[in-house]
Amino acid sequence: MSDSILKTIFGRLTFESFPIHEPILFGTFIVVSLLGLGIVGVVTRYRLWGYLWSEWFTSVDHKKVGIMYIILGIVMLLRGFADALMMRAQQAIAFGANEGYLPPHHYDQIFTAHGTIMIFFVAIPLVVGIINYVMPLQIGARDVAFPFLNNLSFWLTVAGAVLVMISLFVGEFARTGWLSYAPLAGLQYSPDTGVDYYLWALQIAGVGTTLSAINMVATVVKMRAPGMTMMKMPVFVWTALCSNVLAIAIFPALTAAFFLLMLDRYIGTAFFTNDLGGAPMMYWNMVWIWGHPEVYVLILPAFGMYSEITSTFSGKPLFGYSSMVYATVVITILSYLVWLHHFFTMGAGPSVNSFFGIATMVISIPTGAKVFNWLFTMYKGDVRFELPMMWVVAFMLTFVVGGMTGVLLAIPPADFVFHNSLFLVAHFHNTIIGGVVFGLFAAMVYWFPKAFGFKLDEFWGKVAFWGWVIGYWVAWTPIYIVGLMGEPRRVNHFDDPSIQPYFVIAAIGALIILVGILGFVMSILVGFLKREQLRDTTGDPWNGRTLEWSTSSPPPAYNFAITPVVHALDAWHDMKARGYERPRDGFRPVHMPRNTGTGVILSGLALALGFGMVWYMWWLAALSFAGLLAVAIGHTFNLNRDYFIPADEVSRTESQRQQLLLGAGA
Amino acid sequence: MSTEPYDHALHAHGDTMGHGSRRGHRIGSLLAIILTVVPFWLVMSQQGPAPGWTAAVIFALALVQIVVHVVCFLHLDTRSEGGWTLLAFLFTAVIVVLTIGGSVWVMFHLNTNMMPMPGGMTGPVR
Repeated sequence: MSDSILKTIFGRLTFESFPIHEPILFGTFIVVSLLGLGIVGVVTRYRLWGYLWSEWFTSVDHKKVGIMYIILGIVMLLRGFADALMMRAQQAIAFGANEGYLPPHHYDQIFTAHGTIMIFFVAIPLVVGIINYVMPLQIGARDVAFPFLNNLSFWLTVAGAVLVMISLFVGEFARTGWLSYAPLAGLQYSPDTGVDYYLWALQIAGVGTTLSAINMVATVVKMRAPGMTMMKMPVFVWTALCSNVLAIAIFPALTAAFFLLMLDRYIGTAFFTNDLGGAPMMYWNMVWIWGHPEVYVLILPAFGMYSEITSTFSGKPLFGYSSMVYATVVITILSYLVWLHHFFTMGAGPSVNSFFGIATMVISIPTGAKVFNWLFTMYKGDVRFELPMMWVVAFMLTFVVGGMTGVLLAIPPADFVFHNSLFLVAHFHNTIIGGVVFGLFAAMVYWFPKAFGFKLDEFWGKVAFWGWVIGYWVAWTPIYIVGLMGEPRRVNHFDDPSIQPYFVIAAIGALIILVGILGFVMSILVGFLKREQLRDTTGDPWNGRTLEWSTSSPPPAYNFAITPVVHALDAWHDMKARGYERPRDGFRPVHMPRNTGTGVILSGLALALGFGMVWYMWWLAALSFAGLLAVAIGHTFNLNRDYFIPADEVSRTESQRQQLLLGAGA
Repeated sequence: MSTEPYDHALHAHGDTMGHGSRRGHRIGSLLAIILTVVPFWLVMSQQGPAPGWTAAVIFALALVQIVVHVVCFLHLDTRSEGGWTLLAFLFTAVIVVLTIGGSVWVMFHLNTNMMPMPGGMTGPVR
């Protein structure tokens, strides 16, 4: 076949695009393929495809979508952490004459993939997943406001993640840092497929995140149980609301910046190029208008999780509920006023730099108020140091240090010294691991029995906890130190052998974190094996205070047979205190949304569109785009969207639950 | 934010968006026409003392025009959806002002303070 035909069909995809000559990638490919084949084999062997498709993939149940988000987050965490281990290993050995095992070309892809994956495909899916699962239960709703949209959002995020994973074995990933700074990310300096993979993966996943945020805001605003006024909402619902409002407002800025960069790369415009009057600085500006609020999109729900857990395990209402709400709202607004601190050194004048520096420091005030609220909630409380509470205490001790180094970095003159150093890298890992990740683990341990009906194994849970906490400090304290001494970030080789011990210690720390990650996986496996011992029949294993603990574990598809009426903050605690009796009869049919495969199909087409565009296979891109439009419009004619669960089925489910509760009482 | 514990009307009908009144639409159309005609007249008859003055007046009238559209045609008021519509609108306005105003401020500074590059503005440094 002639060259031009091949080019029309495969675009710029050739045999050289497959990295068979790189042993590391080839080995990874073999391991991943074997794992994938193994999973496919098991699913086929036990004839689970039908079950997975009809009960999970096409499900619009917010609980199942939430669980799928969390599974995606954990799988991608393993990938992102593998990147982290490779970087730590490289930096521990690459001194003086030793060049290490990763050349810059490969190393740059790894740190880009690590950052991109950890934020977009680990932190966001885990946070969204937990909001998805918990928030509707906490407000006494039966699902989210737009159930189909929820399923679509999830699968679009998966499509983005799959595109990033494909880049590992077909072509290359970006070498431009996790936000793909222009002009480096322009066609002139990055002509290969890396940046295109990055852009398409994040644009597709970004649509999912935006849709999900709209969905969650609508759910909180419109679907609260009767009596739940705004100031009677659990703090987690408040933080979920503020976080998603933030997400709706900021994602357009990122989408626009990426879109302009795509135009630069595909049709030769000059928005962010060095020449022809382009303004690469505008790219940084737009990206950070998204980027800084984004860290609050992640940390605010984590603050909500800590609040719920502290209150439950201290056996007290949260100290200063209204100040917690106001602090959350203030952080939401202030987070828009700080983006320039990511480029103090770019050349703005003293007035701009001091404004953004002070605004950044001001955020530590509401955040500090929150820390005191948690401390005062624990004060004179009947504190039970079970696993979720241990994560909260570890968070407070770890996160406060990250907050303080953040205030240090907020001082523009200091930032001129620290910028682009490992000190900064240690700072944001301190806040994201110590703040977001610890919160996510606390939340997963806390709400796991609600989702699956049994607690996680305690011993392995403790292994996970100590692995993460000790590992974090061992891994990042040396990085803080070398950063303070001026070592820059994103380098794969150092000249000065005297700092090698710090990087060796950091690598050991990463291995201890690996123990933590494996411990968490083990706590799920062992918990599953011992599920009969760890079974929660009451639906309220921790003596909780909010509505999600009033249903069974796991909750029925309709969540609440009869919508609860809320009279107080900590509604479930209030109901228990007033001797709440479960309704025994008078159930009515429950109106529920019907499952649909459209979300999966649309996301598959979006994935094909992205892949086609990355490789310049225009026919594939055009076909899948047309398909996207056709399926999306076609779906609007699908009127078979809902059904009723008959009253006697509800009644049967509820009486089974009653038997369980009686059994637990006896 | 409503203090009423349960909004029955909201749940009974699902759709509580205001549909406005004939009178509101008439007033809106009239105001919109006036606010459009005046800038054209200002420019075409060159009434203002200076072009800058004319531009400022047109800008101000455009802002009033936005308010007229939002109130008369999109029916933004303090009551719809229990105040959520107004709150969302104000929040959006604040964010838009912050991001656009802030970006202009930042980019102006960068543009003024950055040193010209050795290669001039024509090409990247090799």
